[in-house]
Amino acid sequence: MASSKLLSHPRWHRLLRRNLPNARLFSGLPSQHPGSVPEPQNHSDPKSNNKFKTASSTPSSLKEAELAKFAAISDTWWDSEGPFKPLHNMNPTRLAFIRSTLCRHFRKDPLSARPFEGLRIIDVGCGGGILSEPLARMGAIVTGIDAVEKNIKIARLHANMDPTTSNIEYYCTTAEKLVDEQRKFDAVIALEVIEHVADSAEFCKSLSALTAHEGATVVSTLNRSMRSYASAIVAAEYLLHWLPKGTHQWSSFLTPEELTMILKRASVDVKEMAGFVFNPITGRWSLSDDISVNYIAFVQPITRNESMLESGEQSKVTRNIGTTSVLGWSTGCKQIILQLDSIEAIEAIMIESCSMYNTLSMTVRAIVQPRLWLV
Amino acid sequence: MVTVKRLALSRRCRQNCGHSNRIDSSEATHRFNQTFKSIEAKPNRSAKEKRAQQVRSSIPAMNRILATKAGSNVYRLRFPWRPFSNDAAPKLSSPTAGNPEKGSEAQQYDIAIVGGGMVGLALACSLASKPLTKHLNVAIVDSNPALGRKNFIKKDDLPDARVSTITPATISFLKDINAWRFVEQHRHAYFDKMQVWDYTGLSYAKYNARDADREVLGCVVENKVLLSSLLSHVQDMDFLKKIHPSRLTSMSILPNSSSSEVDSTSLMTALFTHGRLAKLELEDGSSLYAKLVVGADGGKSRVRELAGIRTTGWNYSQNAIICTVEHAVENHCAWQRFLPSGPLAVLPICDKFSNIVWTMTPKESSDFKSMTDDDFLKAVNHALYYGYGPHPTSGILGSSDLFSWLKGGISSSANDCFEIPPKVIKLASERMAFPLSLRHANDYASKRVVLIGDAAHTVHPLAGQGVNLGFGDASSLSSVISEGIAVGTDIGEVSLLKKYEADRKPANITMMAVLDGFQKAYSVDFGPLNILRAAAFHGAHHISPLKKSIISYASGEMRLPLFA
Repeated sequence: MASSKLLSHPRWHRLLRRNLPNARLFSGLPSQHPGSVPEPQNHSDPKSNNKFKTASSTPSSLKEAELAKFAAISDTWWDSEGPFKPLHNMNPTRLAFIRSTLCRHFRKDPLSARPFEGLRIIDVGCGGGILSEPLARMGAIVTGIDAVEKNIKIARLHANMDPTTSNIEYYCTTAEKLVDEQRKFDAVIALEVIEHVADSAEFCKSLSALTAHEGATVVSTLNRSMRSYASAIVAAEYLLHWLPKGTHQWSSFLTPEELTMILKRASVDVKEMAGFVFNPITGRWSLSDDISVNYIAFVQPITRNESMLESGEQSKVTRNIGTTSVLGWSTGCKQIILQLDSIEAIEAIMIESCSMYNTLSMTVRAIVQPRLWLV
Repeated sequence: MVTVKRLALSRRCRQNCGHSNRIDSSEATHRFNQTFKSIEAKPNRSAKEKRAQQVRSSIPAMNRILATKAGSNVYRLRFPWRPFSNDAAPKLSSPTAGNPEKGSEAQQYDIAIVGGGMVGLALACSLASKPLTKHLNVAIVDSNPALGRKNFIKKDDLPDARVSTITPATISFLKDINAWRFVEQHRHAYFDKMQVWDYTGLSYAKYNARDADREVLGCVVENKVLLSSLLSHVQDMDFLKKIHPSRLTSMSILPNSSSSEVDSTSLMTALFTHGRLAKLELEDGSSLYAKLVVGADGGKSRVRELAGIRTTGWNYSQNAIICTVEHAVENHCAWQRFLPSGPLAVLPICDKFSNIVWTMTPKESSDFKSMTDDDFLKAVNHALYYGYGPHPTSGILGSSDLFSWLKGGISSSANDCFEIPPKVIKLASERMAFPLSLRHANDYASKRVVLIGDAAHTVHPLAGQGVNLGFGDASSLSSVISEGIAVGTDIGEVSLLKKYEADRKPANITMMAVLDGFQKAYSVDFGPLNILRAAAFHGAHHISPLKKSIISYASGEMRLPLFA
């Protein structure tokens, strides 16, 4: 996975990196050593500033500097005009997707004001609790975890101010530790976290282990595409100054098919995917079928007939809801063609394939028919 | 000696009476006076005793006046705002809000609608009809005693002079919230024709609902009918609401603070000091806490003033006179004639009654208000008929040939000739005069406060759009609140309220600009401009796509004019 990411850098991105000393060189990142952990700087979702360590990691000296930098602005978590403004703006849209998918999955009434009554939800990388509090207001029993202690403190303080959210439990811990404690949750939500994790495969395995038997997972991240480079890195960091420079590493973004593959190896299956688009005129985010920049995926544990994808193999995986077949996987030219059919009448998933980087890799975009996300 | 004692009592009363207890002090005075009366019932009185008698008799009134003045002054000025006490009367309350009798006065609501007029009650009904918001706890603050009564309309009353023209868009909104069936039980008048002309006699425009493929152009309903319908609907439904029959005196909202001090006072005051709740204090001394305060209290909104939201606008140098009149025949058409000093509109109410809205200069309006009924009727007929200028004859400009190619074969009311409005024979109500102005709040929303209806915008009545904009606001705000609850937002957050503002502000500003444009265009009597206006009338009358879009825009179906 690391090698493919390196190869997929466009040449001009490498040029840019040379000229910008702030930008972290991918080669300079300690992530090539699977043991250590990259310390991401502040970004649009600093709540993902977690250190998901593997068993043999040691915190580097860089970590304290990063933590301090993040801790400095963590007081502004709940200032909706402050550095976390893009996150506050995006929040209702993400919640709309979560609400609609989880209501359908758990057969809850979408017109109820508290549809998640009785559900245990964990918000991995909760930051200041921007996502946890609305979930609690929707009736869920929320646990929020983050690796930064100060975030947890801020989150607890803010949640205690409102009686509807004061029963949220916040812990300063990591997903792996919770897996060790054998905790299970009905819904595991990890938004804007996976692009900051050292080993995304391990992380996905932890998420899957935290999910209860008939539960669900929601993951959101940024796509590694030209458009996301232009919007999330160039526009957001350098032109509009929405985010501090160096917040995101384009190379650590995951394309939807890579995410699907990783999740499949963690025995969970992507059921729905949607993208977020920003309308600069109205200044609002909305859900759409355009997953080229930000996207969110609703994932369910695979119930039977699990199959791991090997290179050159053709496998057909069936489960009770739909059919997934991998038509071909060739390591030589790194082409993946995925075909997903769903038999649910309200969804139609079409695949559009386009080639990028002169056939070094192929991006497959799953286009989901737009539907009413807000009930 | 007696006098000194009485003055001492009044001084004590002045000191002791807080915001309430007006009744108490005057009652105490009354009892005090009773005892003195029994002592001093002597037939022969010296001059001194006569003076004492006079002072004594005036004390109850004096004390009441003092108590009222003292109460309001004392409450507002002398007693500094104390966050932890719900009752400002010093002799009774303890500084903490843990006092159970006083603590029960302050209740917490999700939404406090200040102003129980048509728009405020429409918002309450709309919240009650949506599944996501019907569990909300709502307080309605309005000192109108009619809100406490049911069925305050008697069927045999003459039509009230205060009416509103309800557009089809508002009718469908009221049908959605299930309140229209109550209106249909009372007096209401649909109209499907409208004729507009001006004093120059150069042209006219006739609108028919058929032109835009509709049944009606609008419905004229008395304000009290609308109010009672909405009130009975809201009371019928299983909706948590409480009507506070009092006026708002002060409102406080603190900035968000996340200090972790543990307050020993009640949860509500703790939430309030952290900025999660707004505190409203009412004139009768009670106070309430709410997550969101909705200002629906009219053009001189107290909520807007307390929230510090500034307005832009100007006063038109015009007053409007409204009254109900009777015709000899039934009237189903709305008439509007633009006169040099302002438009005169005749709206059908029902049977043979109509409502007149006559805009004129303030001096004229005081003259017209004070003249006798007969003189007024003569003036109205004069204004409708040959006064100020001739009637337009159908077919001056572009009778048929010029614009026939534009008509496109659709039968339109362009072929209708000018109709003469029915004569007014009797005055059926008192004449009321109101000054007209244009006001627009710069922001509709601030932290935990949002404005709807006339509190956010006041317009000229020439197109009957004012209350319809307000109903549009109520509908939009309830959708926004419902969407906010769907994603678990705190409903007092400014970001959510700004969505409502972004939805309604452009539509409201456009309508205000259009109405203001009309008002300005018709206030000038200048030859070429008159011709231009006449041409515009002709265009609107004959060009059916234009007519359709005008009718659609005025019916509220289109948000912006001309962009279908």
